[in-house]
Amino acid sequence: MSTRLATGGRLIDRSKQQSFTFNGKRLTGHAGDTLASALLANDQVLVGRSFKYHRPRGIVASGAEEPNALMGLGEGHRFEPNQRATTTELFDGLTARSQNHWPSLETDIGSLNAALSSLLPAGFYYKTFMQPRAFWKHVYEPFIRKSAGLGQAPDAEARDPDTYEHFHAHVDTLVVGGGIAGLEAAKRAGETGARVLLVEQTAHWGGRAPVDGGEIEGHSTEAYVAMLLADLEVMENVTLRSRCMAAGVYDHGYALAYERLTDHAPRAKGPRHRLWRIRAGRIVTATGAIERPLPFAGNDLPGVMLASAVRDYVVNWAVSPGDRTVVVTNNDDAYRTALSLRKAGLAVPAILDARVLPKDSPLMAEARKMGIRILQGHAIDHVQGTRRVRGVAICSHAGEGGAVIEEIACEAVAMSGGWSPVVHLWSHCGGKLVWDQTRVMFRPDPDRPPTGDRGQPMVHAVGAANGALTLQEVLDDAARLEPGPKTRAAPQAGPQEEAPLAPVWMMPQGASIRHRMKAWLDYQNDVKVSDVQLAAREGFESVEHAKRYTTLGMATDQGKLSNINGLATLSGALGAEIPQVGTTTFRPPYTPISMGAIAGPARAETFQPVRETPIHGWLNANGAEWEPVGQWRRPYCIKRPGESTHEAVMREVTNTRQNLGLLDASTLGKIVVKGPDAGRFLDMLYTNMMSTLKPGRCRYGLMCNENGFLIDDGVVARIDDETFLCHTTTGGAEAIHAHMEDWLQCEWWDWLVYTANVTEQYGQIAVVGPKARKVLEAIGGMDVSAETLPFMGWTEGELGGIPVRLYRISFSGELSFEIAVKAGYARQLWDLLLTVGRQFDVMPYGTEALHILRAEKGFIMIGDETDGTVIPQDLGLDWAISKKKADYLGKRAQERPDMVREDRWKLVGLETLDGSVLPDGAYAVEEGENANGQRNVQGRVTSAYHSPTLGRGIAMGLVRHGPERIGEVIRFARTDGTTMIEARIVDPVFYDKDGEKQNV
Amino acid sequence: MSEALTQPVTALGGARFDGLISVREMPAQGMISLRGDLALPPVKNAATGVAGFDMPARRAAQCAGQRGLLWMAPDEVLVLCPYDEVPAAVASMEKLLFKFHSLVTDVSDARAMFELRGGGLRDVLAKLTPADMSATALPPGELRRSRLAQVPAAFWLESEARAQVICYRSVARYVFDLLKSAARPGSAVGFH
Amino acid sequence: MLTLHCPYCDVQTDETELTPGGEAHLTRHGPGSEDDAFHDYLFSRANPRGLHFERWRHTYGCGKWFLAARDTATLEVFGTYKAQTTEPPQHIRDAIRDRQTGRAARTAS
Repeated sequence: MSTRLATGGRLIDRSKQQSFTFNGKRLTGHAGDTLASALLANDQVLVGRSFKYHRPRGIVASGAEEPNALMGLGEGHRFEPNQRATTTELFDGLTARSQNHWPSLETDIGSLNAALSSLLPAGFYYKTFMQPRAFWKHVYEPFIRKSAGLGQAPDAEARDPDTYEHFHAHVDTLVVGGGIAGLEAAKRAGETGARVLLVEQTAHWGGRAPVDGGEIEGHSTEAYVAMLLADLEVMENVTLRSRCMAAGVYDHGYALAYERLTDHAPRAKGPRHRLWRIRAGRIVTATGAIERPLPFAGNDLPGVMLASAVRDYVVNWAVSPGDRTVVVTNNDDAYRTALSLRKAGLAVPAILDARVLPKDSPLMAEARKMGIRILQGHAIDHVQGTRRVRGVAICSHAGEGGAVIEEIACEAVAMSGGWSPVVHLWSHCGGKLVWDQTRVMFRPDPDRPPTGDRGQPMVHAVGAANGALTLQEVLDDAARLEPGPKTRAAPQAGPQEEAPLAPVWMMPQGASIRHRMKAWLDYQNDVKVSDVQLAAREGFESVEHAKRYTTLGMATDQGKLSNINGLATLSGALGAEIPQVGTTTFRPPYTPISMGAIAGPARAETFQPVRETPIHGWLNANGAEWEPVGQWRRPYCIKRPGESTHEAVMREVTNTRQNLGLLDASTLGKIVVKGPDAGRFLDMLYTNMMSTLKPGRCRYGLMCNENGFLIDDGVVARIDDETFLCHTTTGGAEAIHAHMEDWLQCEWWDWLVYTANVTEQYGQIAVVGPKARKVLEAIGGMDVSAETLPFMGWTEGELGGIPVRLYRISFSGELSFEIAVKAGYARQLWDLLLTVGRQFDVMPYGTEALHILRAEKGFIMIGDETDGTVIPQDLGLDWAISKKKADYLGKRAQERPDMVREDRWKLVGLETLDGSVLPDGAYAVEEGENANGQRNVQGRVTSAYHSPTLGRGIAMGLVRHGPERIGEVIRFARTDGTTMIEARIVDPVFYDKDGEKQNV
Repeated sequence: MSEALTQPVTALGGARFDGLISVREMPAQGMISLRGDLALPPVKNAATGVAGFDMPARRAAQCAGQRGLLWMAPDEVLVLCPYDEVPAAVASMEKLLFKFHSLVTDVSDARAMFELRGGGLRDVLAKLTPADMSATALPPGELRRSRLAQVPAAFWLESEARAQVICYRSVARYVFDLLKSAARPGSAVGFH
Repeated sequence: MLTLHCPYCDVQTDETELTPGGEAHLTRHGPGSEDDAFHDYLFSRANPRGLHFERWRHTYGCGKWFLAARDTATLEVFGTYKAQTTEPPQHIRDAIRDRQTGRAARTAS
């Protein structure tokens, strides 16, 4: 059994007990434990089930590369699936549960899949769920969805109570990885005075060095790390961050790092995660290397672990993986594990070394001296045991397996297939790799680095991440990369001679199919050596195809352990060299990061900006039913107690027609255009003539883009000879202002015109209805008579002592004044209008009433009657298109053949025969079908409302030859697609066609 | 009917938050946008006459109290003066610039202004803006127009312990909430 | 995510402070232009792999449009310049030539 050793453990504090639960079972660990080390200390070797076959899975690794030990952590609102036990620091009260099994971890029905594994080969999904097509929706998809995914998704109603934030940091040098290479590189960079940020994903500095041992400049690696840290901590230009993982490298020195602030201390104040958004002049990746598993039969049984991980558990956390551990390796480094185990008083029955060396290397000799049995040229034939390791059967590595030489009882197997540099960050933004034949690894190709904004190398790999294997190589590499101000020589490490590694991609090398079917490459996704070979046989020769066909490396660990072994297997099956097969693409993030960190401040009230007018507070307090219009909030209606939304809208329309309505129109865009060429400029922007507008007057105008399509409309007021005020739609202010500036800056830069977006400088209140003039007269201060202020005129003055600009314009067909007032006084004016307006039965109204009022008058609305494919001519707005102008934006496009087509759909009014309201967007159908078997159509509804004024449904729509078909009845499809509504084509102006009501 | 004009209402009525730093919405501030050829003497005179400061160099923010000049763009400065003086200031500027192509706009009510006080305000802003908040990139007296999360904003430091932020009035609530969360106790970064 | 230098503000800007505007140095075709020429003006864009001239607006800053000479494959920026020009100015063309010949020399050696 795995257990806690009586002594040792450099990271744990035995004086501090921490209790936690695993699948409801109460267990204890120590401060400094990871969840993984604490589970192992409690003999919890079985920690989960694999994805496809539900095979029992144990902890394999000790860090970010762990494929198996994925847990659901926390409860309720804080529950989070798929968290790696190896990177989860233990805290008192932690709750964890294992995943992907039913009914329990120990007894899992899904493990039947394993018995059927020969029926679930690579590409199973592609082969099985093909035909018949009709099965997809109701049979295959539900099945796949049910079996897909590892952990359980958090409850849909759960709300993460933690906070998250972003932080933007600009540095000269970002160093990723706090091992010897990273610390040394950061120190050297810091000595030049550069702004340096050093991030380390774990809670500890030094990387593997303190566990792996060795000496630097006569100090132990652990002491040397402490010295480096002390040096760095006093440098003001260097920032150190542990528990901070660089997740991705992007263009121009942009990098993301994921800082876990309170995962280990959930009761601490402050944000849980912080996403660092870093701009670095250069990025140094000192990300180390990851050990490769060895592919042998049964290498997935709980108890089989990476040799380096076994060493970590023994040295860092004083955890014994079992009393007897067999070491199997193709390199010298794993001997360190054997030595560590022996030093901890544990048995190492044998080291199985696939190599046959002419003479003992120093590490080998040391192991022999400690009395460890070394079997060279030997391999594991298969691992014995069902739910955990009971022993290994050994054979000759040169053979095919099956010829068992000896069986050795053990509780754990420590395997090492060599080391792969962590090249993810190097590769994210285009860095290329080179296959190093002697070191048997892909390492960064220094001649093909990712490049930055000046074409310069942007990422530099250093240390093990760059292929360095010994301490001295690491130190030399850091000195090469960062010579420092005085080209400080590299520190000297103690002697560390190692014999070369021998590549082993299958064990034994000629393993039979029976063995290959049990030799796992990808533990999480259940991909075996035989699966990759099958993919190659079936023609999936590209590594990217083989990956998708087999799902190798597609699990949450993204193949950190499996990719190199997988592609070596593929290259073997294809008879190609490894570099010819190449690697799959590395993509961010390095390990998964939380959605909360990605969202940062964009949640709850700051999810997105909500724009408020100066009247917002009053509306909010008085029953506004809000609707978003762009980022603005506008009231759909202002409900009275007990009223339905529909009743409120009907009341608002009726009262505005009969008495007095108030509309908060502050959201309308307002852009000042001024200069000697302002008139000429607006003549280009609008389809009609603006330069002839007289000061004091207003004119409605249409704006098109160069494609000829309508993009905006609004009233332009001429302020003086050189100055115009252009009103835009609510959503349009920023876009139209940008549109104006684009043309002024990039096309007509010699025209003398300045613009200013003054939308928010003014609150705007529309005073609408037969009693509109009366309320203004009652407030007093301005002459608002028809003679002084005729329709489409504007004037300035004071209303009730408040300076205002008054526009006599109407979007409702009623007598109407729009009052612009400084935003800081808008609320005062609004209150005044309400108070004085009481005697005139004033009622505020919302956007739906606004829509009905305008539709009754046949006024178009950008975004309803237009959709980016509609030209003014479609809407019968020819009167607003100047025939005199030689040019305006969109004019040439409106001459294109499709725009002058006879049968374009054109605007009409529609009245249902039964008085009901047409569904918005409904199509007018006609006989026959198109090439896709869809019913032919001849028009569609663009706006539809119930008009309380007319007591019936009214609509506007675009219909082929519409204006020529007044009186004709056509049919519109309901949303069920079969039943129809009949409607008569009518004039789009339903109410007061002669404009008598607005012209008083 | 005539009433004496009361004080203008700011977007948040002087909202305030104390955390890592203090965040306060400032009272109504006069702001006049002046667009023109900034090298032209009458344009300079119009700006400096009202503000009482020299023409700012590129990106400079020169202010004290309620007066100042902010460089907004190669052809735009923002003139700061007491809110009540704006109508007269606009009139005098327009008079000076009568013969010159320019645009003077009162934008006092279109903006909200926040004051940040306390150490660590660079870190608080760096949570929200992609701009480099280091002292070398943004020394006191220099304006940066950038974004705070999803909206445009302009900000400058008067000293390491005091900064001002200007944003559009309609998003004052959003910006205040952002600053509040960025200044939440327990969230100090200690980078700048 | 790119960084581009705003030639008006003289600051290095983040891509998220900018608005992209597509290909630069297009010639506007208006009334009287041929159908094909007008069609190309509206719809045909070079979209090269390699050197490209493009429009960017410093939307969250000064609000000015500027142009950038950029390699779309390597994302190397050869330079940015003010938008009031119908063709890349000499100093930008020089910078492109210098960088490209410099790189060719490096590759050859």
